[in-house]
Amino acid sequence: MTIDMSQFYQVFFDETAEHLASMESLLVGMDINDPNLDDLNAIFRAAHSIKGGSGTFGFTDMTEVTHVLENLLDRLRKEELVLRDEMVDAFLQAGDILKLQLEAHQNGGEVDHQLVEDVCARLKLLAGGETAVVEKTAEPATTQNTGHIYTITYTPDADTSSRPERLDALYAELGNLGRLEMVDGEAPVKCMRLSTTAGENEIKEIFSFIAAPEQFTVSPEGADALTGNDDSYGFFSDEPATVAVTDDTDAGYGFFTDVTPPDKDEDDGYGFFAPVEEIRSQVENQQGYGFFEEIKAPGPADISKPASSPVKSTPTGPIKATPASGGDSSIRVSIEKVDQLINLVGELVITQAMLAQTASEVDPVIYEKLLNGMGQLERNTRDLQESVMSIRMMPISFVFSRFPRVVRELAGKLNKQVELKTVGEGTELDKGLIEKLADPLTHLVRNSLDHGIERPEQRIAGGKNAKGTITLSAAHQGGNIVIEVGDDGAGLNRDKILSKATEKGIPVADNIPDQDVWQLIFAPGFSTADVVTDVSGRGVGMDVVKRNIHEMGGRIDISSALGVGTRMTIRLPLTLAILDGMSIGVGQEVYILPLAFIVESLQPAQGDIKTVAGEGRVVHVRGEYLPLIALHEIFNITPKVSEPENGILVLLEAEGKKIALFVDELLGQHQVVIKSMESNYRRVPGVSGATIMGDGKVALILDIGALVHIAQS
Amino acid sequence: MQEEQTSSGGSQELLTFTLGGEEYGIDILKVQEIRGYDAVTAIANTPGFIKGVINLRGIIVPIVDMRIKFHLGKVEYDQFTVVIILNVAKRVVGMVVDGVSDVITLTPEQIRPAPEFGSAIDTQYVMGLGTVDERMLILVDIEKLMSSQDMQLVEAALA
Repeated sequence: MTIDMSQFYQVFFDETAEHLASMESLLVGMDINDPNLDDLNAIFRAAHSIKGGSGTFGFTDMTEVTHVLENLLDRLRKEELVLRDEMVDAFLQAGDILKLQLEAHQNGGEVDHQLVEDVCARLKLLAGGETAVVEKTAEPATTQNTGHIYTITYTPDADTSSRPERLDALYAELGNLGRLEMVDGEAPVKCMRLSTTAGENEIKEIFSFIAAPEQFTVSPEGADALTGNDDSYGFFSDEPATVAVTDDTDAGYGFFTDVTPPDKDEDDGYGFFAPVEEIRSQVENQQGYGFFEEIKAPGPADISKPASSPVKSTPTGPIKATPASGGDSSIRVSIEKVDQLINLVGELVITQAMLAQTASEVDPVIYEKLLNGMGQLERNTRDLQESVMSIRMMPISFVFSRFPRVVRELAGKLNKQVELKTVGEGTELDKGLIEKLADPLTHLVRNSLDHGIERPEQRIAGGKNAKGTITLSAAHQGGNIVIEVGDDGAGLNRDKILSKATEKGIPVADNIPDQDVWQLIFAPGFSTADVVTDVSGRGVGMDVVKRNIHEMGGRIDISSALGVGTRMTIRLPLTLAILDGMSIGVGQEVYILPLAFIVESLQPAQGDIKTVAGEGRVVHVRGEYLPLIALHEIFNITPKVSEPENGILVLLEAEGKKIALFVDELLGQHQVVIKSMESNYRRVPGVSGATIMGDGKVALILDIGALVHIAQS
Repeated sequence: MQEEQTSSGGSQELLTFTLGGEEYGIDILKVQEIRGYDAVTAIANTPGFIKGVINLRGIIVPIVDMRIKFHLGKVEYDQFTVVIILNVAKRVVGMVVDGVSDVITLTPEQIRPAPEFGSAIDTQYVMGLGTVDERMLILVDIEKLMSSQDMQLVEAALA
């Protein structure tokens, strides 16, 4: 049966990416000293699902990696091994490799084979216990030609324990019989695994020299070595199943592989199409296959599938459904569809506004019903718009979740102790913004870690806790989302920045306020770091951060105190699609000013307007002279009023500069749907986009940043 | 309407429109719709032939006036002014013309190569001249014309 599997590839890619992400977040959140068994199980399940999926789709390279990963995880969750820091690192590394492999499959490409082998070797080493031999991935199962595998446990008495050379001698003896793998050499109960052609008695003889019979057990491992290993996928070929209990597992699988494909309807959708040998892999997947988590626990599966009982009897027990992933149901929808929906609803809102405008002219007594209906329509469309917009909203935890790892790795590299606190991960913002936010935020966090947080000894000397804290927080504030990256580090050094600025030839006033000093670090090429590290300090970046934030329609502020810490505050609009705007009229035209940039609007007195050098006009507002720009001059429109004192001045602030924009009149405040000019036309200088007004006409949204530039030139 | 052998291979369906005294033909598949001229929002500092943008059921569509661009016909805007909405180079563009005549089918034999002399439209955008009875049609490669630098409709980098 050959069925085109490629139609399911995307599902696999998506799911695997999700599994990898959840694995990573669980790993990073893991408490090394007291690992949560549920989390370990969840990680195991994720790895297992990836393995199953990759096997089904024939991505054997991923299967290999997940297999070794799973072996180690399996032993961890069975508490045969104790979780250590380097294991977490190895897991993370393996996760990265899997990500690369996934990408390679998705986009076509190759993953460096050496990398893969390194990680596999590392995982195997960890899974095998300290003394295990490093094996290469490519090496076929070592057990195949060696006859039997024995699992040996040995509890040395106090005398022997105190004399390690005795143990060494014992290991050497055992090693003479065949290949010895230490499964756990540190624990009081030594656990090892011997693959040998020798018989059980020969092993017992060796032990009898130093130990009483009750001190050791020797048990042959299941039929594994003899039967199961020629499985084409090699899933269990060298599973370091060590304790006797795992025999059941293997026996269970062994049993299964021989069974003809079981009732396919129990399998997931792929099962229907999978070639026979792939069904095997799915059968064993059932232990932890993501799709089945919830169905598994009690009930129908048992009844309709008695054959699976051996699997169920394994000591791993039934797998608990994770409330996080299993609980909420969701569907995957392409972002184009959502955007189309948002567009259509935007249209509906406009149409509704047009109707409302027309309806407002009719006699309310005669058309009472019509007007009631109109009111209802307005409410419904607004609700509809809100809920449709919320589809694009995602919690900011999507970005925040990557930072525990970034911080962990970087802190390790820099020998600093850092704790990351995140606040308000549930704050939602537009998906488009989330994606664009990742890079600038990463940069800020790295910066805080590298330059902000001091070394532990410096911190202690400064009377602070040796462990620094980086705080990531997100919150809604009005129509904005405010994201803060704070640290309790050294803070920015005003003098250092100022001397650097002088060095760079940036003109600064003597009594420049702190706020403006901090802004200097956003200048291109500005770095006060004494040493350029591979983390940061090259002076590229902060300007890019600022530019990125600006492109998103946001702004970034810094507050800092020497020795206390630094806080970077990013303000962003909630969504890219909707804007709070003020409509203004100039001549016959209507323009929209983004509300976020408006400071105030005023009608100036004649005396407040002054000219500079006979040309440039400035307006005097509460002690400040602001450049005055007449919109009708920039856009060559015939205005209704030509004297500023008869019109309105709108004070705008962008990029730290203020200007006064002279317009004819203020019309009103609206929430407008931003439409791109570029999709059918091109960029227009001074205009950032367009929107459709209630009467169906197009109004242009002004680009305040560009207007400020015009004012400067 | 001319009824030609639409099924025959190589023949082309064209929408014909007039600009001044000249008759032009464009590939009908590039035409999205035909509508009247209504409220256009002007864009500052653009050439005169770019009238501005309109709201076409939620999308912002630029409008160019071919009469201004090629100095043909009388530039008047009334209820008879016609806008042809084109779908070219993945963009939607509206163009104002004097009037739309009809849809005709031309066989390859009816199309002659354009001689090298000046029409209002640069000959590089003219695919040929079509003959229908006594009428001569100037066949314009509208896609090439609209995405050309001349029209200033697309970003310089893209053109």
